[in-house]
Amino acid sequence: MKYLDEFSDPDLAHRLLDQIHAATTGHWAIMEVCGGQTHSIIRHGIDQLLPDGIEMIHGPGCPVCVTPLEVIDKALAIAERPDVIFCSFGDMLRVPGSSQDLFRIKSRGGDVRVVYSTLYALALAREHPDPQEVLFGIGFETTAPANAMTVYQAKRMGVTNFSLLVSHVLVPPAIAAIMESPSCRVQALLAAGHVCSVMGTAGYPELADRYGVPIVVTGFEPLDILEGIRRTVLQLEQGRHEVENAYPRAVPATGNPVARRMLEDVFEVTDRSWRGIGMIPRSGWRLSDAYREWDAEARFDVGGIHTDESAICRSGEVLQGLLKPHECGAFGKECTPRNPLGATMVSSEGACAAYYLYRRLAPPGPAPAETAPAEPVAAVGHG
Amino acid sequence: MAEQTVGLDVAGWVCPVPLRDSPTIVMGHGGGGAMSAELIEHLFLPAFGAAADTALGDSAVVRVGRSRLAFSTDSFVVKPMFFPGGSIGDLAVNGTVNDLAMAGARPLVLSTAFILEEGTALADIGRVAEAMGRAASVAGVRLVTGDTKVVDAGSGDGVFVNTAGIGVVPEGVDIAPGRARPGDVVIVSGDIGVHGVAVMSCREGLEFGTPVRSDSAALNGLVAAMLATGGDVHVLRDPTRGGVAATLNEIATAAGVGIELVERDMPIPQEVRDACGLLGLDPLYVANEGKLVAFVAREDADLVLASMRGHEHGVGAVVIGACVAAHPGMVVTRTGLGGTRVVDLPIGEQLPRIC
Amino acid sequence: MCLAVPGRVDTLRERDGTLMAEVDFGGVSKDVCCEYVPDVAPGDYVIVHVGFAIQRLDEASALATLAEFQAMGILEEEFGDQEARAARQADGTAGPHPVRSFDEPGGPR
Repeated sequence: MKYLDEFSDPDLAHRLLDQIHAATTGHWAIMEVCGGQTHSIIRHGIDQLLPDGIEMIHGPGCPVCVTPLEVIDKALAIAERPDVIFCSFGDMLRVPGSSQDLFRIKSRGGDVRVVYSTLYALALAREHPDPQEVLFGIGFETTAPANAMTVYQAKRMGVTNFSLLVSHVLVPPAIAAIMESPSCRVQALLAAGHVCSVMGTAGYPELADRYGVPIVVTGFEPLDILEGIRRTVLQLEQGRHEVENAYPRAVPATGNPVARRMLEDVFEVTDRSWRGIGMIPRSGWRLSDAYREWDAEARFDVGGIHTDESAICRSGEVLQGLLKPHECGAFGKECTPRNPLGATMVSSEGACAAYYLYRRLAPPGPAPAETAPAEPVAAVGHG
Repeated sequence: MAEQTVGLDVAGWVCPVPLRDSPTIVMGHGGGGAMSAELIEHLFLPAFGAAADTALGDSAVVRVGRSRLAFSTDSFVVKPMFFPGGSIGDLAVNGTVNDLAMAGARPLVLSTAFILEEGTALADIGRVAEAMGRAASVAGVRLVTGDTKVVDAGSGDGVFVNTAGIGVVPEGVDIAPGRARPGDVVIVSGDIGVHGVAVMSCREGLEFGTPVRSDSAALNGLVAAMLATGGDVHVLRDPTRGGVAATLNEIATAAGVGIELVERDMPIPQEVRDACGLLGLDPLYVANEGKLVAFVAREDADLVLASMRGHEHGVGAVVIGACVAAHPGMVVTRTGLGGTRVVDLPIGEQLPRIC
Repeated sequence: MCLAVPGRVDTLRERDGTLMAEVDFGGVSKDVCCEYVPDVAPGDYVIVHVGFAIQRLDEASALATLAEFQAMGILEEEFGDQEARAARQADGTAGPHPVRSFDEPGGPR
């Protein structure tokens, strides 16, 4: 058992697909919450193998996509300083703030480093006591324990030239925000497996009840995704809305209590803005009082930076399946994968970026937005 | 972004659209993907004007008297200088030898130019130079001219090496990306992604343990064996920066053809899969330094494939797909589950991701 | 969100007062922080995200899940679906589910 190849077996995948095809009679819009799941669905072409009645709506679970412009601008202001070594996960380097990205800062001599492990940033700080090391602490509940441990260790070891620029976001409040949108089309949710590995499943029965939607905790390998969809479809067809765990090998009901204790110690809940969606109350974490000293935002006095999201970007509606990408006036004009305005164009898995890519398969013609056939969008943008 | 364009004279800029979002060079311009291509197309070519060849590819074939010479240059800035299975020295020789070989040429002579950073250990330079000498002997090319410059400490990265090379294209050989035709079989000469993984494994901040070693090798012998079959080889390319994905996209664009791959047939070693899985990278986008991709007329594919498998650098050669008339300019792959996905041209360099 | 990968714990040790492990990802090994899985032992599989083990993998439930998948579709096979399945195995991948082509709505991107 290596826990990987076993869960991408093509023959078993087709057994699951058989079951899904046999069970599907209605038309169902299912949101996979997590960007990692979106990646897997596209990487394996799963969306094309599903029955026509199943529409996958790509959710907001990509930390890179949803980090608000304002936070990125703060990161850029800090990274630009000559006395700072700025550490970031690789995916954040290309995400633009309002006028540049971390790549540009690096190209002008800023010391921007890609890290795999957050502890590496702390090791750097201990190694180089002179410059300030700043870690860009983005991510959902899965990544938060890593950032929390790094700050905890900094405090324990008395490393004062390290700080964390925190922009942590939380999944359940985002689900609630999407479900409460008056025109929400989502009928079921695949919950993000690795978020639940940390947090457990206790937060979900209430959401399933309140919004009357099935929620299935789902993993990331092809068989995991298909099993998540299969269980969701069975519930939808039978009119049930329960919480099920289709990823039990990595998700105990209680999550990881050790990690949760650390999170409670290091962070406290706060309101957060989501790129493309807007402010969601109590949807994020910031450093708690005991760790405020390691808050990069205060240390570098960037709290005064305020940036508004693009007024013309309608990615929030796209995220909820209300608007097809090409129906947005900025699509393919002000907004392209190279110059994204919103979440759905930032990541290659975002609905707008996916549609932008697919568009090139269409016969050449005048401006893309006008020539785009209406039909493909529904399947491509959200399928 | 709108704000960024304000400071630029958009009307006066040569084809402003793709470049206006970056008024300075960023790392992605050297990544071998879309940004590299745009830099050539929108900055170098217009600036060079009538003096430039329109292709500015990895190598050029020029007619001198009655013979056709292949000419190529390449600079090497790899970090770290030494990595499992090779060094910047092997790469500098093999890279240029391979660029010549991919035009179907028999490489003859190479130049070597060094830009050395003040303070670099002589012992390191010595190791690099020795590696170059060994690689040249193995490839059967002579190092015939050179240059050395030193820059201030901090202005370089230890050693930068440039090599240029000249080779002779045999009579009757016509190999170029534009010659790919629908119906061609796409062959790769062996395991992909190993060089990139070997280098990444010792890059600061990412370090991981792996038995993977760089595949850096000169491929002129393999190419000679393929051409000796008399089979109709249309295109040869070495999928270096940007990996197999970038190379196939370039060919699809140059020839105006579509390419369909079969994911299951990709020769990706388990260690490369595992390393890529860990960092969130796609092996198709990871660099190779001792592999080639060949487009061969369908009727000659078996013949050419057999000749490759008989050569030490082509033992693992396999068919990975075919060239089609549909979706010109695009590369798509059939996934293991039977779905399809687009294998797009990478924009800049591939970065480890967390999501 | 959250690219997390299963790996096997090889060796455990303390470093700077922190529980670290050499984790094997099938031939690739990496230093991983195990503070969140304090009772982990060599040979255990953990799921690793940005250099941290965030959960132990439970072999029994993994096997149970796979067994469930194996049991699926057995009925159809008994009712003569073998031919379709054999054909699918022969051509490698594509099942009886139509794959949307590039020219159709919903084609690949």
